[in-house]
Amino acid sequence: MDRRQFLRGMTVAGCSAAAHPLLTSVTLATGRGLGENRLVVVILRGAMDGLDVVQPVGDRDFAGLRPDLPASAMMLSGPFALHPALGGLQGLWQAGQLGFVQATSTPYRDKRSHFDGQSLLEAGTGMDVALGAQRDGWLNRMLQTVPGLSAETAYAVGREALPLLAGRGPSRAWTPDVSLVLSSQAQGLLDHIYHEDDLFREAGMEALELSSELSGRAPRAAREVSGGKGLGEDRAWPDIDGLVDFAAGRLVGDTRIAAFSLAGWDTHRNQNGAIARPLSRLQRVILRMQAQMGADVWGRTTLIAMTEFGRTVRQNGTGGTDHGTGGAMVLAGGALRGGSVYGDWPGLSEAALYDRRDLMPTSDVRAWAAWSMRGLFGLERAVLERAVFPGLDMGADPKLIL
Amino acid sequence: MMDIPTLAAFRFGYGLPAGAATADAVLAGLFAPDDMAARHQTIGLGDALPLMARAHEARKMLRQDATQRAAYRTAIREVTAAAEAGVRAQFARCLDAPIGFRERLTAFWADHFTTKARSAAERPLPGTLVHDALRPHVTGRFADMLIAATLHPAMLVFLDQSASVGPLSPVGKRRNRGVNENLAREVMELHSLGVTADYGQADVRQMALLLTGLDSNLRDGFVFHPDRAEPGAEVVLGTSYGGDGLDPIKAALTDLARHPATAAHIAGKLAVHFVSDAPDPDLVRAMTATYLETDGDLLAVYGSMLNHPSAWVPELMKARQPVEFVLAALRSLGMTGDDLQRMGSGPFSRMILKPMGRMGQDWQQPVGPDGWAEEAEAWITPQGLSARITWAMEVPGRLVRPMPDPVAFARRALGSAADERVLWAVARAESTREGVGLVLAAPAFNRR
Repeated sequence: MDRRQFLRGMTVAGCSAAAHPLLTSVTLATGRGLGENRLVVVILRGAMDGLDVVQPVGDRDFAGLRPDLPASAMMLSGPFALHPALGGLQGLWQAGQLGFVQATSTPYRDKRSHFDGQSLLEAGTGMDVALGAQRDGWLNRMLQTVPGLSAETAYAVGREALPLLAGRGPSRAWTPDVSLVLSSQAQGLLDHIYHEDDLFREAGMEALELSSELSGRAPRAAREVSGGKGLGEDRAWPDIDGLVDFAAGRLVGDTRIAAFSLAGWDTHRNQNGAIARPLSRLQRVILRMQAQMGADVWGRTTLIAMTEFGRTVRQNGTGGTDHGTGGAMVLAGGALRGGSVYGDWPGLSEAALYDRRDLMPTSDVRAWAAWSMRGLFGLERAVLERAVFPGLDMGADPKLIL
Repeated sequence: MMDIPTLAAFRFGYGLPAGAATADAVLAGLFAPDDMAARHQTIGLGDALPLMARAHEARKMLRQDATQRAAYRTAIREVTAAAEAGVRAQFARCLDAPIGFRERLTAFWADHFTTKARSAAERPLPGTLVHDALRPHVTGRFADMLIAATLHPAMLVFLDQSASVGPLSPVGKRRNRGVNENLAREVMELHSLGVTADYGQADVRQMALLLTGLDSNLRDGFVFHPDRAEPGAEVVLGTSYGGDGLDPIKAALTDLARHPATAAHIAGKLAVHFVSDAPDPDLVRAMTATYLETDGDLLAVYGSMLNHPSAWVPELMKARQPVEFVLAALRSLGMTGDDLQRMGSGPFSRMILKPMGRMGQDWQQPVGPDGWAEEAEAWITPQGLSARITWAMEVPGRLVRPMPDPVAFARRALGSAADERVLWAVARAESTREGVGLVLAAPAFNRR
């Protein structure tokens, strides 16, 4: 189905074109309002243990807190070492295209609920706003502040809902393995049936539009390949590759923002084994994204990976860690000023901890996201502190973006 | 205008046809014997354990001896078949039940107490929790269900309780091991009080210490290890729980079940699931009050919902979840539980299970322990709706011969929810296949 057929289908069914949400975005010029830089946001669901990923091996309290979690020898900068399962990223670190933020968190405190924590992370609000009261996500609010964008500008990729991109701003979602083939007659009739139900009308229009554009091009989601590769080696994860290949393909085109989520970080037990898989998948996202984009687009890209909170500084009774507070962010891309572990290190002595159990956050996750967007898209600080992250104080410029 | 029988079937059952469904008929089904459990049987832990143990043993053998691969495959196939039989039985009940409120409630509680299998050998576990701990208590007291679910091996394994050890217990001291907070936190946050309730990290910690000793193994199922239990009393929400064995654990769970925050949490979740993503506060208040007056008698709480006028607002505000959508479609297409039970494994997977996943709901595989989303917006997404339309257009013609007349089917599947737009469009479809597909893809069929 091409777009003309689709519109004809609508006319047959007698739907008013003016009321049609998709037409509005189609008639707009493809949005150049964000410029040429690209932002990829990855939500790490389940609470990534920042202290295991960016290990403060040079902190004298660290080893004693986690006697059964092996310390890494892959030094980054300062007291920090990289978890060996991300060893495939060492080249990027040396090239200044990989960075981290340590001891950071959202404003969420104390209840340590995954679901509330993720809700706040994606809403981008402070604790002054009731959880769940913010209906749109911060990435969507950013899009709302830039006039003239098309829906193609931003993509939520993958099967899972991404509240991060939900809201009035134009964006699209894509999931592998959904193919919709309809006769134009059926499209027109469906359009007629959906006309009076807003939810179905909007979702239906986009479904039909997407299926026509992408039919035959969607990579199939496959089962994960099991293989005997070593820790830190670049390993293919077909489901990840499907998502990344799609996202990279779009980002090479007119898309400027892509977001998706990676689950599997809730390592309550046997963390030594359990964290290797999500780290391998995160590493694959970064390496595959770089490879699929090509040097030019990668050079204009920043990827930020963030999680709802960190984990307890002490290992628990089952070789894992429980829900904590301060955590880490992972940054990558050719537009990034990498080769640094950003953020103030609070230390791990009993007195330095939050609630005597968690890493003390010394910065707000939202500030790093805000500075990334300021650097990439030139957004005004006032817009970021009021409209995108209401009430945020971005603090001093960390100069994250080249 | 939608009439009561259509509303009852959509909101509290698995759709039409559902006879002369009324509020009384919906509730009466819960007082009657559980016929469906007898007609389509599921298995509990006792029956699943030997299969799981064999699979576990076969995996161990395979590690030592690579020629044991065939034996391992056989064992995994058996355990998988048992899990699939449980899924089919549960689905078959939804097709055969006169209205299906008990089945909807079972699904609600299975979601409230979400567990997932962590390996192929564990695949039957989530179903055994429903069989052993949830369905028997669906019309009973919430405290009993909470205790049964919390102590069930499927939960102990899923939320890591099996590995948690009191640091001052004999085992804790000897092997230098300690607690894991996962189950304690979710019991309070998800299963009882709710995250907005007034409890803190200290309560979670104390609850975790209290739960130490709970474990399971492949021979006996549930076991309690006194030598892993933290000695001394724990204080949860200001109450001290001392003594040995399971009694203090059960006492704490009973107190959690009786807590006013739990009453409001359960009442709110039921109202959100069945009636509206933003339910009338008076409906939730009435259900909460009934819960507190009856010490958590769930049958009374359901009655309070069904007898409230807000439960019968004739506008369908929620979206059917993908599993409900597919089952309601099969029901309207005239498929019986026995038909479903007879389907081959390949077609069952291709036409039923996998499409549910593409619509966003992989059976028994929600992302986290908080289960599936409720909001209509979470399900009616471009990709989710696209998968529903695709299924509606492609699958019915492969399951039902001959296909029904689309207009007659619209009336059968939608009852008084068949609106003019649907009837107008269905009558103009180019083929029977597309006509039936349009009915199933319509908002009127996808809302409840």
